[in-house]
Amino acid sequence: MDYAKIADISELKGQAVVARRTVYVYQAPVRIWHWVNAACMTVLFISGYLIATPPGSLGGEASAHFQMGYIRFAHFAAGQTMAVFFLMRFIWTFVGNAASKQLFWVPLWKKNFWDGLLNEAKWYAFMVKYPRQYVGHNPLAHMMMFFVFTLGTVFMICTGFAMYSEGAGQDSLWAKAFGWVFSIFPNSQDVHTYHHLGLWVLCLFAAVHVYAAVREDIMSRQSMISSMISGERQFRDDKV
Amino acid sequence: MSATETFYDVIRRQGITRRNFTKFCSLTAASMGLGATGASQVAQALETNPRVPVIWMHGLECTCCSESFIRSAHPLVKDVVLSMISLDYDDTIMAAAGHQAEAILQETREKYKGKYILAVEGNPPLNEDGMFCIDGGRPFVERLKEMAADSMAVIAWGACASWGCVQAAKPNPTQATPIDKVITDKPIIKVPGCPPIAEVMTGVITFINTFGKLPALDRQGRPLMFYSQRIHDKCYRRPHFDAGQFVEEWDDENAKKGFCLYKMGCKGPTTYNACSTVRWNDGVSFPIQSGHGCIGCSEDGFWDKGPFYERLSTIHQFGIEANADKVGLVATAGVAAGIAVHAAVTAAGRIGVKHGKAPGPDASQDLSQGR
Repeated sequence: MDYAKIADISELKGQAVVARRTVYVYQAPVRIWHWVNAACMTVLFISGYLIATPPGSLGGEASAHFQMGYIRFAHFAAGQTMAVFFLMRFIWTFVGNAASKQLFWVPLWKKNFWDGLLNEAKWYAFMVKYPRQYVGHNPLAHMMMFFVFTLGTVFMICTGFAMYSEGAGQDSLWAKAFGWVFSIFPNSQDVHTYHHLGLWVLCLFAAVHVYAAVREDIMSRQSMISSMISGERQFRDDKV
Repeated sequence: MSATETFYDVIRRQGITRRNFTKFCSLTAASMGLGATGASQVAQALETNPRVPVIWMHGLECTCCSESFIRSAHPLVKDVVLSMISLDYDDTIMAAAGHQAEAILQETREKYKGKYILAVEGNPPLNEDGMFCIDGGRPFVERLKEMAADSMAVIAWGACASWGCVQAAKPNPTQATPIDKVITDKPIIKVPGCPPIAEVMTGVITFINTFGKLPALDRQGRPLMFYSQRIHDKCYRRPHFDAGQFVEEWDDENAKKGFCLYKMGCKGPTTYNACSTVRWNDGVSFPIQSGHGCIGCSEDGFWDKGPFYERLSTIHQFGIEANADKVGLVATAGVAAGIAVHAAVTAAGRIGVKHGKAPGPDASQDLSQGR
């Protein structure tokens, strides 16, 4: 070990670790999208819940307040931002590296995928000692990402813009682009109900996502959280 | 009952002056939102177009559409029924009865093939070969198909004909089915509502009579001129909604002040109708103005989107009294508990593990199994 290269100015010397392999996996557009999306989702969860269950009624003149207006504005602004970034994220799959494509397809036909999925499930069920290493998502995460996050987000974008078009008017661009939602659910109340259920689905996704990221960061044989900040994934192995 | 007689002929015969006729045309044109030349177009049409023969049939229904229709003020229903259209058959309000009345149906079919309007109030139940609604000794569904076959277009009056309404609410034992699911080869105008607003009903008829064509329809087949906006969009209590001022209880101060009924389950934000603009009974009032939320009676399956007094709809698949929030909270609690237990088990497994110890087996071999 070449300690000479480490300028340790303190008396405290950490436990000796080994040199580790690092790969560049999450390119800048992916990372920027991830954190913008996380911020948007947070705003959307809170404002969305408040739209369905508004805060306590305000008194005085109506002209003195604009509470629901601001809540709805926050929801619409965050929704529009999220949708634009989601679109850009999708376009990036045609430009970016292999890991950037994982969000939009799942190799369900590959035996290797199912084998990895089973192993990862066992890892979460405490049935195997070590998880496998993956440059991008592990098969279980990959599956969750696509079927819950990606499809869920597409559903929320479509139903969200469809409801937005109701206020924007039937001649609006939004109505032309997303009015078809009302061909599937003729009653807007249903669209509201499903959109609201979608809030909870994505909220649960976020909870599981954060838990898994933190746990994997500690337990797995590779870095997690810092990877989404620096873009670099570090593998923790004894041998290189 | 000659169809060659025009509207103008009829009203002049009834002693209405030319001056009053032009006044009526101007008012009608204005109420339909037509441009500056609208009045003369209306006059031209009423002077030259033969009156449109209308057959009005009744399936499974409560006759509230008819009750509403006869209260039309602009135009007066008497003008519509006696002058503008040729209402050849409506078993509820016609003078003829029995075989005489039934004969009119066949006569109209033959004489005005492809030219008459079929207005349907109510819907046909399809279960047991349609035996739940017998009209003139035969299942209504058979008569409906028969009369629709030779019609120019079909008007589906009310929530029953448009969506199914109460008889189609779960579990829909008679399999009551909206008109557009039974008649698929004719243009259908849905005029939903339980009942629809009188002026909306007569307005649709006036439009067809005036222009000889159907009004522009939205995606759901409803006339855009009356159903393109939600109750919420034109509600006079909307400023209270935007401000965040809501009625919290039926007997609270806010209810007295006329705040927004959103929290009381008002379905105005999801209901397309003209109540907040046209209002009811010659513009006297409408539910929200009277202090009660909209129940969404012109929307698809509104009986199953309840409760009427709560913002979130009940989701029947998840059991009794569940809504999106209750389902979500239970799921969140479950997942949170799951995460907590999983984290605890994980932590327990880590006890005694020394940091820096090799986290896995021979890594280089294992990597090949991943990406």
